[in-house]
Amino acid sequence: MEDNMAEKVSKTVNIVRAEKIVDGIYSMWIADEQMAQQAKPGQFVSLYSNDGSRLLPRPISICEIDKQAHTLRLVYRVVGAGTDEFSRMQAGDHIRVVGPLGNGFTLQAQKAILIGGGIGIPPMLELAKSLDCPVQVVLGYRDSYTFLKDEFEAHGSIYVATEDGSVGTKGNVIDAIKENHLEGDMIFACGPTPMLKGIQTYAKEHNIPAQLSLEEKMACGIGACLACVCKSKEKDAHTHVNNKRICKDGPVFFADEITL
Amino acid sequence: MSTNMKVNIAGVQWDNPITVASGTFGSGAEYSEFVDLNLLGAVTTKGVANVPWEGNPTPRIAETYGGMINAIGLQNPGIDVFVERDIPYLKQYRTKIIVNVCGRTTEDYCEVVERLAEQPIDLLEINISCPNVKHGGIAFGQSAASVEKITQAVKEKAKQPIIMKLSPNVTNIAEMAMAAEAGGADAVSLINTLTGMKIDIHRRSFAVANKTGGLSGPAIKPVAVRMVYQVAQAVNIPIIGMGGISSAEDAIEFMMAGANAISVGTANFHNPTVTMDILNGMQAFCDKYNIKDINEIVGCVK
Repeated sequence: MEDNMAEKVSKTVNIVRAEKIVDGIYSMWIADEQMAQQAKPGQFVSLYSNDGSRLLPRPISICEIDKQAHTLRLVYRVVGAGTDEFSRMQAGDHIRVVGPLGNGFTLQAQKAILIGGGIGIPPMLELAKSLDCPVQVVLGYRDSYTFLKDEFEAHGSIYVATEDGSVGTKGNVIDAIKENHLEGDMIFACGPTPMLKGIQTYAKEHNIPAQLSLEEKMACGIGACLACVCKSKEKDAHTHVNNKRICKDGPVFFADEITL
Repeated sequence: MSTNMKVNIAGVQWDNPITVASGTFGSGAEYSEFVDLNLLGAVTTKGVANVPWEGNPTPRIAETYGGMINAIGLQNPGIDVFVERDIPYLKQYRTKIIVNVCGRTTEDYCEVVERLAEQPIDLLEINISCPNVKHGGIAFGQSAASVEKITQAVKEKAKQPIIMKLSPNVTNIAEMAMAAEAGGADAVSLINTLTGMKIDIHRRSFAVANKTGGLSGPAIKPVAVRMVYQVAQAVNIPIIGMGGISSAEDAIEFMMAGANAISVGTANFHNPTVTMDILNGMQAFCDKYNIKDINEIVGCVK
């Protein structure tokens, strides 16, 4: 039916590196040649628990893709028992993965503004590395635990907003954009829905196209179960009822495609 | 050794007893990237209504211990798109096609069934057990009188054999199965999900927007096995058993309880290739116990 840009892989893979970045945020590199070759910035993978009491995959965004080493980096927040289990895994352990999933970002910009909020920051790293234009990265954190910030340095100019004002602009990512008078011809954003909603409004006011990466509870992760839909302005391809599937039609949507 | 895996459900011969539970597998396209649909005995589609349905607000699902709750609300494109797109898609494969039919009123069900009359599909599964829609669904499935009535109404219009999909949210499921049989059902399938609820204690809110949802997965399997057994004692029509089947052993257990075929649902979410693992595992089980025909084990535990 719908075309698939990337071929999906379902297999148990080797974890080649695993570490804590800051409290509650972990990084894991997994090895699979096919997945690494197929993956694009903005896509995600489904990670499966080894504990049979936890059936559903955890969708985790791809933070970095190393096509030479055939590895993918996943950076995730521990939010429950499933991600807690992942955080205890070590190099040499195995984990079941399906991916890469979703559409990914459209790499189309002359001057890009990348905005990551909280655990929406990781997918921005591979995107920053992949864009072939000036990149401004706006990172929103709660406090001074500015995970991944330094890793962006080589790939663009960095602007930080923290809720407590401990680093950069005190406030949110929009405050940081305004304070630094950032301009661009494409916004790329991933983060909590209220943040994306604010960016949607900002992008419309400033007439800048924006690509927003969304999140929702998922079951199948491949577009079959219709759990993770969002409201779309146009009729969706699957059901023709203005419900796009975040896992398959997304997770990246243009801001004017969807209602948040 | 080669075991006969073919089963006959209401006059339709499947290559093996494995199908997928409605709503977990779409119309097969998404899973075809992981599974050769030719190797499934049948594909049971997501429920289709006479017109498109939007479904429920999100979040629509939540994980629970050994299971999940869903309240998708039967989002579907309606019969027009389904006939044009999904049936031709499935016809590319040798798998049998079971179309799950949903509706808000008796007339809705009948309209869909009539639209399917001339379509190259094999069986109809009538969803009178969805717990997540305000009208229709389970409302038809919770009294013997209404089960018999809707079965009769649908059977009158149906050109293909009809499978009535039963709800476990009843006092006596055997009565519902008997009512379906009395109404002219060619087969029954069971169980649909058990109505459940999950509360997010951190947000002090319901985990799914619909407040209640259908519980599925391994957590409900013993309830389903018991119900399949009870229904097998009560009716003479074929039974498609489901409810938490995740392995070949689970599938065998349902067949020994009286199921002529089995459906795999939530397990697809845990492992997209699980149906193939189950097929291979069932063959291995038959080899191990020298079972020459899978039908031998149906209802063998009395």
